[in-house]
Amino acid sequence: MSVTAAETWRPRATQQGWLSRLFDNKAFLIVMCLAPAIGLLMVFLTYPLGLGVWLAFTDTTIGQRGIYVGLENFEFLFGDPIFWNAIFFSVFYTGVATVGKFGLGLWLALLLNNHLPFKSFLRAIILLPWIVPTVLSAIAFWWIYDPQFSIISWVFIELGLRETNIDFINTAWPARWSLIAANIWRGIPFVAISLLAGLQTISPSLYEAAMLDGATAWQRFRFVTFPMLLPILAIVMTFSIIFTFTDFQLVYAITRGGPVNSTHLLATLAFQRGIPGGQLGEGAAIAVAMIPFLVFATLFSYFALARRKWQQGESND
Amino acid sequence: MTDAIAEEQVPTSRTAPPERLSWDSGMRRFVVLWLPLFCFVIILLFPFYWMTITAFKPDAELYDFSTHNPFWITSPTLAHIYKLLFETSYPSWLLTTMGVAVGSTFLSLLASTLAAYAIQRLRFTGSQYVGLAIYLAYLVPPSILFIPLATIIVQLGLFDSPLALILVYPTFLVPFCTWLLIGYFKSIPYELEECALIDGATRLQILRQITLPLAVPGLISAGIFSFTLSWNEFIYALAFIQSSENKTVSVAILTELITGDVYQWGALMAGALLGSLPVAIFYSFFVDYYVSSLTGAVKE
Repeated sequence: MSVTAAETWRPRATQQGWLSRLFDNKAFLIVMCLAPAIGLLMVFLTYPLGLGVWLAFTDTTIGQRGIYVGLENFEFLFGDPIFWNAIFFSVFYTGVATVGKFGLGLWLALLLNNHLPFKSFLRAIILLPWIVPTVLSAIAFWWIYDPQFSIISWVFIELGLRETNIDFINTAWPARWSLIAANIWRGIPFVAISLLAGLQTISPSLYEAAMLDGATAWQRFRFVTFPMLLPILAIVMTFSIIFTFTDFQLVYAITRGGPVNSTHLLATLAFQRGIPGGQLGEGAAIAVAMIPFLVFATLFSYFALARRKWQQGESND
Repeated sequence: MTDAIAEEQVPTSRTAPPERLSWDSGMRRFVVLWLPLFCFVIILLFPFYWMTITAFKPDAELYDFSTHNPFWITSPTLAHIYKLLFETSYPSWLLTTMGVAVGSTFLSLLASTLAAYAIQRLRFTGSQYVGLAIYLAYLVPPSILFIPLATIIVQLGLFDSPLALILVYPTFLVPFCTWLLIGYFKSIPYELEECALIDGATRLQILRQITLPLAVPGLISAGIFSFTLSWNEFIYALAFIQSSENKTVSVAILTELITGDVYQWGALMAGALLGSLPVAIFYSFFVDYYVSSLTGAVKE
């Protein structure tokens, strides 16, 4: 028995020796480990990013390779009121929705930071809007905003507050506000749960010290909670701004950019011109127009990260 | 919030709290804490309630608010769900979505585990820059990539194939998972690996037998997160898939179920409900992992 064991063992040993020597070579191992991730990101992220910038300077359409046309796409877009409207609405949408999300999200996080019964259950149901596919909850909002059968209109009429149905998405400004409300609704859970995690890392002794010094509730919030929360707030806000600015799903599902192009975000306009419209070059140019805003948001994140250490009370090394 | 805690603590530190003060703070606690919390929960959950109740309402009640209270169903029906499952290709959309989500989750977990291990454990010159580059990749949103990606997908001959989605979704999953797993690997004591190295284990053995088993919670977090994100993805699926049977649930509901000017709200809501259920059920089993991965990724 021991002989057969030795026989079956020997060839495996030599093979493993060769393989394991290769895999114990650190440089080889590093390359092997990084190859799949870096490969995927290079082919489907970095290359398309570069290609997108190139496409923005060509007149590519679907099924036809474009030629370099310089700034023609951008010149056309700068004379296009729909494009300017999309820029305006993207900035407006991001600004208002971010303020709303963070105001309400911070409030909800502060509420959840109390001693509550069923705390984990509460946290679980609060995260639900964020888990459910955005398009599907957007369709629910579309139904809630229905011009004829809106439940909100019905409640208002029943309560005697209004005579007629509320116009949610059939004229420009109500449609814009409705979209922002839906975006805030979807964004609150993420902000609240992230900020709650930040709140829970703040040491209670800081509040005790502040209270001994006679700080009021507002002073404790302003001079203890807020500065301690700032690093995490900055990161969450950067993410939120980037993904609100480039939002697509909500607008596409609820209004598709209408009425009369008044609720187009840059992303939905790029899609409309690029894919169904077939003007890939023009669509890419609209997408590229988003990049300066994103770079700005990323730099914001970087500087917020760099300030992290002293804010958390660690040594300044 | 802080003053609510403070008022709780004050009576316990004194011997006998005055009667009126405790009533006062109870009332105050109700107005400051429970009332807003209750409003938040109602508003956050209402669209789901509305979605569910619409899915089970017969058309007669759906469009008649005057004789039926819209907040309740008098005679629930499965007609919308029946129509969805047997008169549309909804089951095949669900299957496609599931396949794409599982495939891309698996692919990104594999790639990001290896990458995170290399960056965190096989420390090499510039490893933190590779980590930073992968983090920055997360900040590139799909909205600026889908047009060039569409041309690449066409060139690769993958247009209208779910395989395209499986290959493309890792672009937003890998950065997230890698970042999450780096954090997890960091929490595993390096001494364990050193012991194994001294005992003569190879690097691969260490990864498989020591590091990975210890990182299982991290892997679960990354896995369920990737699954949810790929289930929810919309813009790539909308741009790359054309034929009806290859569509994912979110895209198919918007493009296939909406026919003409009269919307079939019952069927639409049933579709949205059924499309949300898999992630919602999945979520209910792993809530803590979701919370830890969400907050972990933000804190890293």
